[in-house]
Amino acid sequence: MACSLNTSLLLDVIQFPGNLRNLPLDSWDKLLRLARASNLIGRIAESVHDQNMLAFLPSKVRPHIIAARILSLHQRQAIQWEIRHLDDALRKLDIPKVLLKGAAYTINDLDAARGRLYGDVDLLVPRSHLAKAEAALMLKGWSVGNIDAYDQRYYRQWMHEIPPMIHCQRGSALDLHHNILPLTALNSPNIDLFFQNAIPSRVSGFAVLAHEDMVLHSAIHFFYESELRNGLRDLIDLNFLINQFLKEDQNFWTLLAERAYITGLSWPLLLAMSMLIDMLEMKIPENVYDNVKKAAKLDVLSGVLLPKIYLQALQSSHPLDNNFISAMSRFAIYIRGHYLRMPVKLLFPHLARKAVGRLIKANNRKK
Amino acid sequence: MTVIRGSVAQLSFVDFSRFLKEGKLALEVGSLVIRCRSIMPSVAKSIYTLYKHHPFQISPDFADFYVEVKAPANLRRWYRPQAEFLVDGERPFEPLPKDQAPALFEWGINWMVAASCHFWFTIHAASLERNGQVLILPAPPGSGKSTLCAALAFNGWRLFSDELTLLDIENIEAQACARPINLKNESIDIIRRFVTDAEWSPEVFDTLKGRVTHLAPPIDSVMKMRERAFPRWVVFPKYVADAEPSLTLRSKPQSCIDLAENALNYSILGETGFNLVTRLIDHCDCYDFIYSRLEDALLTFEQLAESEQLTRNGF
Repeated sequence: MACSLNTSLLLDVIQFPGNLRNLPLDSWDKLLRLARASNLIGRIAESVHDQNMLAFLPSKVRPHIIAARILSLHQRQAIQWEIRHLDDALRKLDIPKVLLKGAAYTINDLDAARGRLYGDVDLLVPRSHLAKAEAALMLKGWSVGNIDAYDQRYYRQWMHEIPPMIHCQRGSALDLHHNILPLTALNSPNIDLFFQNAIPSRVSGFAVLAHEDMVLHSAIHFFYESELRNGLRDLIDLNFLINQFLKEDQNFWTLLAERAYITGLSWPLLLAMSMLIDMLEMKIPENVYDNVKKAAKLDVLSGVLLPKIYLQALQSSHPLDNNFISAMSRFAIYIRGHYLRMPVKLLFPHLARKAVGRLIKANNRKK
Repeated sequence: MTVIRGSVAQLSFVDFSRFLKEGKLALEVGSLVIRCRSIMPSVAKSIYTLYKHHPFQISPDFADFYVEVKAPANLRRWYRPQAEFLVDGERPFEPLPKDQAPALFEWGINWMVAASCHFWFTIHAASLERNGQVLILPAPPGSGKSTLCAALAFNGWRLFSDELTLLDIENIEAQACARPINLKNESIDIIRRFVTDAEWSPEVFDTLKGRVTHLAPPIDSVMKMRERAFPRWVVFPKYVADAEPSLTLRSKPQSCIDLAENALNYSILGETGFNLVTRLIDHCDCYDFIYSRLEDALLTFEQLAESEQLTRNGF
């Protein structure tokens, strides 16, 4: 496997939970730390549960697995509860409402949702109805927190979502999207294509993206992020999504490649595929890979360098695995993530303003 | 690597600082093993003072958490220096001014327990033990809980915790952690007069909480920190200037609600959390306690514990 010993231990036991048996105590020590830092500890806890291994774990390890499972089950329940509140707030609006990412996996009970830890709920509505949706949510207690005028403008003018909304009583966070990529992004896809193919979810009133689109969105999310904090978790999401959809439809790879071509998202799919091959040894039909590669039209340098950079950066940023090369790669991705989201003309003033803002903010807090 | 064990005071400060700097030092705190790293002399000095009776290990095979207090890797290392707390390489909250680094270590561990240790039911409350039974003091702000806790801990009660009461989610048994007691503002002066033979960390001014410091736990409570005990009393203390002491029974349903409000992982535990609160309140006598003088408080709680002892012995 093309990754460090510790990261590969983590990826190995997630794919092959049987290998958790007889793991020595010092390996558990590293595993728990990495799993916690990459937000994958809930997944490990689910595996232990599935394999009925709890009683056989070292006594020092057991409480942490119990705690992780309690937390992930709670979050799963909390997401469902939150969706009920969303339904209550938005029921009267006759517009497409598409749940994204974790909320979508949970509501349709996909394998990818098991043991997953969440930050917030992501909801996609058409841009033309964004104001209506925001108003309806505000009536029920959600509001955009106390953020400055610059950040407001950053989100509303340039991004694919409005600033995060927080519920005044429950404190839960909601990201309201009108696109899956920033408006300023290179290759921003036509979002109508995604609305057209969305399928009903198990909760009436809400849709989720079609299977192929769900995978593409997960892949995009991965490569447009400036910080790969959840990079390993996103990779594992992709792995579970693809494996489950393949079980339901043997042609899934072909459908996925075609859909990537239609939506102009072949390049993130290509990079995702190379990560999955390198880090999880996923088997991808050669002709599919070649077609996606042709359609991605990456120049030679990017085609060679990008996969290498992401691979390095994906080593967990935990001190156990951190080194100069992975830190540099992560920095390159920070810049690249921003570059993909905004043209340079907007980007440099933005990053400079953020750097100065951090200094000023920290000073004010001191006073 | 050979494992070295002992209590912190058996190490010279030089060796202790080196182990801490290299991230090899693991403190045993209650049932947790916390691997610590810091190159900041103020942090080393504070941990060496406050945890001097605690057992330690060097580079053990397994630690429950890895924590670090360090200067941020940006300009704030030099310009108006700050310190940040890291657990497993992650920074759960914003950095604080550098002189608060020792206190940050304590607050960081509180956060870590509250955020990750859901194998315990965690209540924002002090807890102490006497005759094998545990007194829980839940803490509405300004109640004087920590002051009361410090006074009791040095006068016949064994300190479990001044901030986080930890109950086993299987059987509600309380778990001690015998960590330093956090005192603020006037409480510091009151306890300095009241407890004369204790060890203190340096005071820090101008924090969000005002003037703060930590008081080392009594040696006996550290020695016995692995001995668990069942909760017996839940008492909501309230400091009222010039008041005469008064201990009055309070309603159990109301106590359930108030206790749940002070529980940090009540909603995460879901149904288990609800069942734990009701079991705990069923199991305990619940009181309100109003006081103004610590001497009165000591007497009241001694009577509470001893009358119980008499009843239990069949008198």
